[in-house]
Order: sequence, then structure tokens, then C-alpha cells
Amino acid sequence: MKIVVCVKQVPSTNEVRLDPETNTIIRDGKQSVINPFDTYALEEAIRIKEKIQGEVIALSMGIPAAEKILRDAVSVGADSGMLLSDRSFAGADTLATAYTLSLGVKKISEVDLILCGKMAVDGDTAQIGPELAENLKIPHITNVSEIIEINDSEIICRTITETGKRLVKTKTPVLLTVLKDINMPRLPSIDGVINSLDAPVAVENAESLGANKSYIGLSGSPTQVVKTYIPERKNESIEIKGDSETKSEKINSVIKEVI
Amino acid sequence: MSGLIIDSDACRGCGICIKSCSYEALEMKDKKAQVNENCVLCGMCIESCPFDAIKIEKEKTNGIELEDYKDIWVFIEQNDGEIEPVSYELLSKARELSKERNCSVNALLLGEDISKEADKLFAYGANKVYISEYEILKDNLEEIYVEFLDKVVLDYKPEIFLFGATNFGRSIAPRIAARVKTGLTADCTILEIDEESGLLNQTRPAFGGNLMAQIVCPEHRPQMATVRPGVMEAVKKETNTKEVINIDMPSIKEPSIKILENIIEKKAESISDAEIIVSVGRGIGSQKNLALVERLAELLGGKVGVSRPLVDVGWADQKNQIGQTGSIVAPKLLVTFGISGAIQHLAGISGAETIISINTDKDAAIFTVANYKVVGDCVEILKSMISKLEKKCEKEQVV
Repeated sequence: MKIVVCVKQVPSTNEVRLDPETNTIIRDGKQSVINPFDTYALEEAIRIKEKIQGEVIALSMGIPAAEKILRDAVSVGADSGMLLSDRSFAGADTLATAYTLSLGVKKISEVDLILCGKMAVDGDTAQIGPELAENLKIPHITNVSEIIEINDSEIICRTITETGKRLVKTKTPVLLTVLKDINMPRLPSIDGVINSLDAPVAVENAESLGANKSYIGLSGSPTQVVKTYIPERKNESIEIKGDSETKSEKINSVIKEVI
Repeated sequence: MSGLIIDSDACRGCGICIKSCSYEALEMKDKKAQVNENCVLCGMCIESCPFDAIKIEKEKTNGIELEDYKDIWVFIEQNDGEIEPVSYELLSKARELSKERNCSVNALLLGEDISKEADKLFAYGANKVYISEYEILKDNLEEIYVEFLDKVVLDYKPEIFLFGATNFGRSIAPRIAARVKTGLTADCTILEIDEESGLLNQTRPAFGGNLMAQIVCPEHRPQMATVRPGVMEAVKKETNTKEVINIDMPSIKEPSIKILENIIEKKAESISDAEIIVSVGRGIGSQKNLALVERLAELLGGKVGVSRPLVDVGWADQKNQIGQTGSIVAPKLLVTFGISGAIQHLAGISGAETIISINTDKDAAIFTVANYKVVGDCVEILKSMISKLEKKCEKEQVV
């Protein structure tokens, strides 16, 4: 089974602090890591490979430095990586990103299964999975919490729905987005880290992928950020003072008023 | 080609943009800012430049006739014949927006034996309800719904199309957007019509809630957005026009994903619709103290919510988690114990009407959003509150 795992490079800390005077982001030498949600997709791919044999390719679109996370993916068990990197990919919204990733998947060719994390911690849209599946014209299943049975042509898995759970069966090729309940990602082994240093990581650009210029980067992005601003935070809290007895008495009376 | 343009005449080499960039994509060369290959065109530097020297230039590529697209459509999500509350919230927001656009609010209601629900949709803001009732629409299956909605977009050309950011909404909306090649903004917290351009201004939290980003979709239609449950308010109001239009099922090929089993869990477990929530974080100290929180919630007739650390250590179920990666809640009353208020958590409680927060740290971030601030020991205060409420209950029973 040929499995592609989509990974995104994100800042290692989810906490973004702002300089109150300049309103700019404070950079504190933060490292870039694989989006935590994607590590579950990667782990699941490796487990499938171990169970029924196959090949795992980590795929990312990003700046040249994103090659590092693809090597990180190899260090835990992926066979190779593919980085889609080109100045003309910059400014991509989810539609343009999904299109670009779909070219990568097509380049890898004959892919049976694509695994994505539920969402990225920085963008938080959860849109890439379904949009990528649409670009590839294959079905998708979101919020997969367990893969129960898998062979080269069929997968049975459990998903979380609005009202509970669902057991579904699908044919391959298919794209799944996985939840973090699905597994516990492993740490890289020493051999894995050594392997990853000279593992094959292909770098593709717009030309080598045969990208349509009007579908990539900023030009291919229907949405535009008009402005960004710091949200106002109200701070007119009334302090309730006294010893614990007095406090609880007062809290109870506030509650009584409200409800 | 599109790209970031720095006007070297306007640039004074102050370096503020370099600080504003979180991708290390700007550098100083010959006392002028220059962009390198790390640039992802996020636009942070544009705002930061005091001399307006930076802009993003974008090639125009789309040739669709924007005037052909009209009206605001809302996807009404049903689960087992019951409409998700977020659908009413979206309709009420759409009614507000429709006044500015002078257009109709159209609700799209798909399901089996579902037409009895149409009246409620009018009450919350729909002018027209488009209905399709087929057995195959009963289960929310992506493959069927995407084909159906694609057809709706082609036939009716909505100017704006809104979806609830439920599991299902977040699954089909991106797929439809990719199908019709338009933009989709996830988890909007503010939707308004821009006075000048008439475009839908879609505002959503970015960078974990530290920044708000206002997004538009100027040249593609429909303008699509998802909104989390509980973020907008559902407002009941009778409308005069009540038009029901039936849509036929388009021919759709057999879906390749089959449902083997549907397990319905009690809706009561969801905290996003709860009116009263007692929430608890790491400051509670030990797992056994959670029983106190449960008892207080029971006495108040509310539900228990937790912050992420408690889920991470396995003390609580993810179902009860409040915040960016959990549920967004909007209760009338929220009482928090030992929650410090990480930005991702605050993003989940901004809709709460009254917040009472108890924390030992007087500088905890939770107090920046709390209406009532209580600095003190959570467990002591919890125990005392419970005993007072229990006594009151006993008294009332005696009377």
C-alpha cells in the first residue's frame, strides 16, 4: 500500500506573544516542528506499513527549510519525503494549497491512501483534507478515531459524528483525516535519525509539477486577508473579596441573580 | 506574478517590518528592507510599516460574472431529523446581513421527512426554504451532500453560503468550495457586509486568538464561511414571506463510502449548548477534587467543562474540553475554578454572558475576561459553596 502523509511546518510553540508597544510578534528563537496533529497521521501510516507492508511518503508544501520536518518524518519511519517549494506558492490560501498538494500526490502517483491530521495548530481551518480529496476526485472521511480493518483495496474505520460514532467502509484510494485519539506517536530511534540524514527528499517546484499559475499561491487564492488587529479584551471585573466563607456566600448570591 | 512589493523609495530602513515577520522573510540590504524566499505573504509586515512602503500585488485571474450571484443561503444541518441549533444561529445572522444586501435569506433543508421543520426556519430568519426530502439524505453522507450542494450552487448561484462548523459542516464546506473553486473562511466570529464594497467581511481568530484577521473573497462566488456553534445568537422573529420550494434529487452515483453502523450517543453530553457551566482547570490540584466540581454543577443544574491540561493528563474526556481545540461554549453563566486562561481557552468562552472566575493567581489571564474576579483557593471555596447550597436545598425541602 502506498501511503502519503501530509505534514505542515508550524512554530514549535503555539503561544504567540505580541510586543505590546509595537504590536508585532515576539520571536524567541522558536523552532519549527511537524504540526502536532500530523504526527498522529504519520504514526498511523507507519503502523499500517508495519501491519500490511507498504511505502510511506511524507508530503509538505513550504519554504526550503521545511525539508527538516520531512527528515523528521523519515526518522520515525517514513520512507521518503517530498517538499513542494517555490516562491510562487507563497500566499496560498487553503484552496491553492490543496491544489498544489494534489500535484505532489499525482507526481508520487498510484497512491492508495492519504492521511492528514485533523487540522494545523496555526491555521486551525481543517479544510486542507477535504479540499485535497476534491482536487484528486477521491472520497474523504474526516475525524477518524480508529482504523479497524485495512487491506490494499478496503478500509473499515470509526469516525466521530455530531451525534456519536459511525462505523464506515470505504474503497481505496481515499483520504482520511485522523484525530489524536487514534494512536500515540512514537519517538525517533537513533537508527531512524541517522537514516533520515541522507534519506531521499525530493524537492519540486511549480514548473516540475506542471502547475497552472492561476491556481497556485496568491493568484490562486480566492480569499484575501484585508487586515489584522489585536482583539479588545474587556477588563471590568468586579473583585469579590473576604475569607473563603464570605467569598462563597457572595458568589452564590451572584449566581442566584444570574440564573 | 503576484508577490510582496517593497517600495524602496518609501522604505526608510527602520526595520520594524523585520521584527513583525514571524517567518524571517525580511532582511536589511543597503538600508532597505528586502524580501527573501521564506515569505508566505501573510501580510503582517504591511500593517507594521509606518511608511506604507509594503504591499501585496495580486494578479487578477478570475472571470466569473459576480452580478449573477445573489441572496444569502444557509445550509441547514439535520441529524436524525433534528436541526442543529447552529443552523438557527446562522439564519439570524443571515437575516441581519440580508438587510444590508437587500436580498433574500434562503435556507437549504435536506433530509428525510423533514418538511415539518420548515416553520422554525422562517421564525429564525429564512425568507424561503428550499427542501429536498429523500431517504438517501437522512444520513449525512459527504459524497451525496457535496453533489447536491454543487448542483444548488450551479443552479441558484448564491452570493453568500453559510455553514455551521460542525463535524459535518467542516467536512462538506471545504469540499464544495474546492469543487466550485471559491474561497472558504473557517470559524468566523464576526460576519458583516462592507459598506463600500458590499463584500462579506469575514473575521476569524488567527495565531491562536492573539490576532483577528479580516478576510474577504472579492472575485469568487459564493463567498463561503463556517461559524462555530454558539458564536452567533439565534433570534426568533416572525417573517411575512414564507415560501417553500421543493428541489428534486439530482442523479448521484452510488457513494463509495458505506455506513456499517451508526452509534448515537446522548446529546446531553455536549457542553456547547449548556446554559450553565462549571469549568475546571489544572488549579484544582488533584483528580479527587473533580467530584466537588461535579457536585456543584449538579446543584446549579449545569454541566462540567474542563481546560485542555485535564484532558491531556487523562482526568477528563475530550467531549468536555472547552477551547480552540475543544468546544466553543456560550452559557448564561460560567463559573471557572483553577483555570489560568490560556489564549486558546479564552477563544472558547468569549460568548459566555457572565463569568465568575476563581484562581489563586491574582494576575491570571482568566481575570481579563471574567465579570467577577475571586482570588482564592478553589477547593476551599468549592466546598463552602456546596455546603451553603446544600443547606439551602434542605431548608426548601423542609418548607
